[in-house]
Amino acid sequence: MSRQDITVKLQEIFREVFYDDNLEISEDMTAAAVEEWDSLNHLTLIATIEDEFSMKFTLDQVMGMKNVGEMINVIEKALQ
Amino acid sequence: MNSIPTFLELKKLSREKATAGSNTYTTFIMGDCATQHLATAIKGYAAYDAISMTVFDADYDMVDALTIDSNSILYTCNPDFVLVYLCTEKLLEKFQNSKDKESFAETEYERIASYWSSISDHIHTSILQFSFVEYSDGVFGNYAFKTTESFLFQVRKLNYLLSVGASSRGNVYIVDLNQIALQFGMGDFLDTRLYYSAKMPVSLKCLPYLAKNTIDVISAIIGKTKKCLITDLDNTLWGGVIGDDGIQGIQIGDLGSGHAFEDLQRWILSLKERGIILCVCSKNDEEVAKEPFIKHPEMVLSLEDISVFVANWEDKATNIRKIQQTLNIGMDSIVFLDDNPFERNLVRSMIPEVTIPELPEDPAMYVNFLRSLNLFETASYSEADKERTKQYQAEMSRVSAQQKFESYDDYLQDLCMTAEVHEFDEFHVPRIAQLTQRSNQFNLRTVRCSEEDIRRLIEDPGFITRYFMLEDKYGSHGLISIVILKEENKDDLFIYNWLMSCRVLKRGMEAFVINTIVDLARSGGYKRVIGEYIKTPKNNMVANIYEEFGFGKIDDTHFELVVDDYLPKGNFIKTE
Repeated sequence: MSRQDITVKLQEIFREVFYDDNLEISEDMTAAAVEEWDSLNHLTLIATIEDEFSMKFTLDQVMGMKNVGEMINVIEKALQ
Repeated sequence: MNSIPTFLELKKLSREKATAGSNTYTTFIMGDCATQHLATAIKGYAAYDAISMTVFDADYDMVDALTIDSNSILYTCNPDFVLVYLCTEKLLEKFQNSKDKESFAETEYERIASYWSSISDHIHTSILQFSFVEYSDGVFGNYAFKTTESFLFQVRKLNYLLSVGASSRGNVYIVDLNQIALQFGMGDFLDTRLYYSAKMPVSLKCLPYLAKNTIDVISAIIGKTKKCLITDLDNTLWGGVIGDDGIQGIQIGDLGSGHAFEDLQRWILSLKERGIILCVCSKNDEEVAKEPFIKHPEMVLSLEDISVFVANWEDKATNIRKIQQTLNIGMDSIVFLDDNPFERNLVRSMIPEVTIPELPEDPAMYVNFLRSLNLFETASYSEADKERTKQYQAEMSRVSAQQKFESYDDYLQDLCMTAEVHEFDEFHVPRIAQLTQRSNQFNLRTVRCSEEDIRRLIEDPGFITRYFMLEDKYGSHGLISIVILKEENKDDLFIYNWLMSCRVLKRGMEAFVINTIVDLARSGGYKRVIGEYIKTPKNNMVANIYEEFGFGKIDDTHFELVVDDYLPKGNFIKTE
């Protein structure tokens, strides 16, 4: 799956988890930029991504990913 | 495993506005782990089950403070349900720090029991306690099973102590987390990353099942339970088609895949012994359909186990309606089993309230699948449950006898009914509590009571309690009605609760009970009896009962009767 495909799929997940059909994600987007992206919804987001891409984040990644770009990096690597 | 809404779907449901008008319940959640996601899932699942519910989620790890402080939010918000979630992860940490490992379970149980007592002392509520997930810490290997100093030994013992403790406390219910963990396996059930990053032990994939089981228990407490199982015959209770294959050809017991069907029958028989009413609904000639029950040596179920047996060529929705009317129970308390997707869909579209499991194609999966659905949750169990089938069968004999009489009064007279009336006593507490939880139709105020509530009423001098048992020449109906009267002041006696089992409608029991109430009022020196009707979606049948018995209207929901003006109402019931 290309980086582009991952981003498209990820955007769908973001829209579903944060109840915002117009949400546009970008690589430098952080939790601070999305109103509903708190620590609780972060876990929902993580679980939904794992389900959708059939992969697992490590504890460090769950707690450490700084922005959407890093998230895509991890997913891309896991899918290889 | 059956499919239920995902966490994301529950989260969405939890944001929807509660349905207005109906009863709203409040649930307070507290624990020694993070419970926010659980609270969201429970709120969502309540909405999914059409239960209007407000959920309070306490701050992290505040159980001690909340239960000790009389002014805490736990007590001021006065919830209907308190859910206590103490997690095994925290328990293990405590165990590792404990000096006295052998008495660890007892110490922990004392702590939990003190929470229960403290909550019960402050507020009138039902307590739901999660059981502990039983896993080994891997320190002793398999030897853990037999050494008292292992974590596994102690956590199992603690669960056992919770069982014992809850069984003697009417208002404590266990939501068995450990069973859910067993269904999924630890790998799927627990998510250590969630625990380390957010103090949340259970994976988001399994969280909906915690919510489901919690709501299942709550539903049972508020009286939403399944009372009846209606089953198809061919390829459901036995393999093959009795009309084509004949008695030697159907698979039950040793023949072919007969063991799978035998197991299903054993499960169904256990349900019957627990008090679930069994009925048959089959497209067959009645004689042919009954043959295996009478003649097949390996059939587990016999005709005596079946309360209503319907075998004909009408459509199943019509037949299920007939069964429902005969039993006089709600459609939503019926479960229908059928291997045929066409029949399931037909009934589903005609009577959406009936629960119809999507049975797997392979009969080998039937029993495990049905067990996993947790269809038959209950909040009580009493001796009377075991007698239920007999009572419904006696009812069938009465119905056929009724057709022989010229007038209904002749029939009633011929029944030779006798009633017993007693003050509430300890022995009948479980049955009385159960009636308050289950009766929906003939129930004037729908006051649900736990066993603890009933015991409190017995002690309270401000209340007069009576239960009624009815018997006739066909057998005993058991305890079928209760009345709780409250002294409002020295002149007025208020009917705080009056309910009756629908099994005994139209026998004159209503008149008998009202006569008893007025007698009690008179001998207590009261001048008026006040009744109230609180409308629910199900109790329309008693909307006018007070007026029918000569009460005057005070306002839309309150009625009064002057004791001195009352003339006893005729009936054919004698007192023992």
